[in-house]
Amino acid sequence: MTDTTTPGMVIVGAGHCGGRAAQALREAGWTGTIHLIGMERHLPYERPPLSKELLTGEKTAGACQLRSAQALIDDGVRLHTQRVSALDTARRCITLANGQVLPYHRLLLATGGSARCLDIPGADLPEVLTLRTVDDALLLSQRLGAGRHLLVVGGGFIGLEVAASARRAGMAVTLVEGAPRLLGRAVPADIAARAQALHQAHGVDLRLGVLPTAIVPRQPGGVRVQLNDGSHVDADTVLVGIGMKPATALAHAAGLTVAQGIVVDAGLRTSAPEVFAAGDVAEFPGPLSGLPIRQETWFNAETQARVAAHNMVGGHEVVHQPPWFWSDQYDHQLQVCGEPAMGTHTVVRELGDGDRIAFHLDAQERLVGMSAWGLAPRCLKEVKLARLLVERRINARPADLHDPAVKLKALAASTAVLT
Amino acid sequence: MNHWTDVCALDAIDDEDVLRFDHAGKTYAVYRVEDRVYATDGLCTHEKIHLADGLVMDHVIECPKHNGRFDIRDGRALGAPVCVNLRTWPARVHEGQVQIQLEAAGPHD
Ligand SMILES: Cc1cc2nc3c(=O)[nH]c(=O)nc-3n(C[C@H](O)[C@H](O)[C@H](O)COP(=O)(O)OP(=O)(O)OC[C@H]3O[C@@H](n4cnc5c(N)ncnc54)[C@H](O)[C@@H]3O)c2cc1C
Ligand code: FES
Repeated sequence: MTDTTTPGMVIVGAGHCGGRAAQALREAGWTGTIHLIGMERHLPYERPPLSKELLTGEKTAGACQLRSAQALIDDGVRLHTQRVSALDTARRCITLANGQVLPYHRLLLATGGSARCLDIPGADLPEVLTLRTVDDALLLSQRLGAGRHLLVVGGGFIGLEVAASARRAGMAVTLVEGAPRLLGRAVPADIAARAQALHQAHGVDLRLGVLPTAIVPRQPGGVRVQLNDGSHVDADTVLVGIGMKPATALAHAAGLTVAQGIVVDAGLRTSAPEVFAAGDVAEFPGPLSGLPIRQETWFNAETQARVAAHNMVGGHEVVHQPPWFWSDQYDHQLQVCGEPAMGTHTVVRELGDGDRIAFHLDAQERLVGMSAWGLAPRCLKEVKLARLLVERRINARPADLHDPAVKLKALAASTAVLT
Repeated sequence: MNHWTDVCALDAIDDEDVLRFDHAGKTYAVYRVEDRVYATDGLCTHEKIHLADGLVMDHVIECPKHNGRFDIRDGRALGAPVCVNLRTWPARVHEGQVQIQLEAAGPHD
């Protein structure tokens, strides 16, 4: 029998971060109850394959699982498939949609977020999809295939990854992006230009600087998407990839401090006692800048789950690793590490054959981030070393960062660490 | 049976580096740290990614995909996302050649 009266560890959100936090609580020595509550009818899973291997059929939904069902049982994690409808920080309990009340000793909010939708006529047609969950991915994958036409709205990571997967499935792809370039401010313009060239070389019809204004049904199937330059695109399916909204409603209603996400300190504590937040939903002090940032990345879910779990059992850890993520497109990979927004200029290291690393430096020539683009796995070792330089806060000379004759491994081993 | 399979000349692997070695339908990763050599299965136990594309630091190989780490001396998985140990194989330098022992008792720990 599960004890639901003695306050235990309660995790809201059974996604990547919540699932990993349950595991990390056991590893940190917690022997009491762990409740893991999520509203998806799946065991915790990793989302990166949803826009890639799951769409191309290289991976099944089951293979995306974070851990096996047996591992959850072995750890004695009590999984509830329910929505959490209320949080009462004074009584230290949560209420599930079925009315059940669970008291907590410590609470972790790992609620992630949901895909942003278009706000134009026709956005609710059944041909118009978003991609956040495994169910979304399975629905989309059924609509991919040779001879069909996909329109992607949004030239960010998810839109570009889906475009690449759809091209690999032999499908015609048009991608519209409202900005004059791809990938927004997240990556340097020269790397965005390389990504653009690669997509064009793979036959994606890219339309930059245009926005959809309306979507109407078309007979005998599919839709017509009107664009603000007066043109239109006919497609069988529309995938909207215009970002996500962090799931802060529960925290907000409970009176927690919420800004772009649920505001936490470096130890992932929210403004309410014994309540922590981690993963996509948490707004935390950037490890390099100290400025509030929010990360929507696999690495962030992974590392914050561990920090939160340690602190929930009484530890004093802080999030210290610089942010990091990757995006796979065709045979290429993009990586960003650190806090490039702190940089005032970049120094580029050419790795040959178009692979390159841009080091982001601040006004004092301190290394605050790196962005890389290249053929994988060819470039990955060098990119990993570049990431090490950022992680170790190495104080390298810009000339050395630029010069391919100076080995990054030697720089990474140097002891000139920033203070 | 003490059968050793030639991999390459020692000079073909940089210090603190790794080489992919394909043999009889299997893939291995062969490492050099100073003048000692080590061998493990070539694919990460998390997802089937070639470890030879990863980075060697001291006696640790880091997988390029999610940065899972293994000790190359005993194959020990050093924490999530990798939890399954890597198989290791005996390796040696013989007359300037790196060799690994794939037969006999098979993997050793
Ligand atoms: C298609 C796709 C591709 C991606 N690719 C990459 C990539 O290549 N590289 C990379 O670094 N990152 C990638 N990411 C990002 C990465 O997957 C996320 O950062 C990560 O999943 C965040 O984990 P999380 O646990 O914080 O949130 P989630 O994984 O979103 O989990 C949150 C869970 O909480 C549940 N929940 C929310 N509110 C409630 C409530 N009130 N009650 C109960 N349950 C609730 C939700 O249903 C959800 O299951 C990708 C994301 C997507 C969607
Ligand atoms: S594939 Fe090696 S760590 Fe994931």
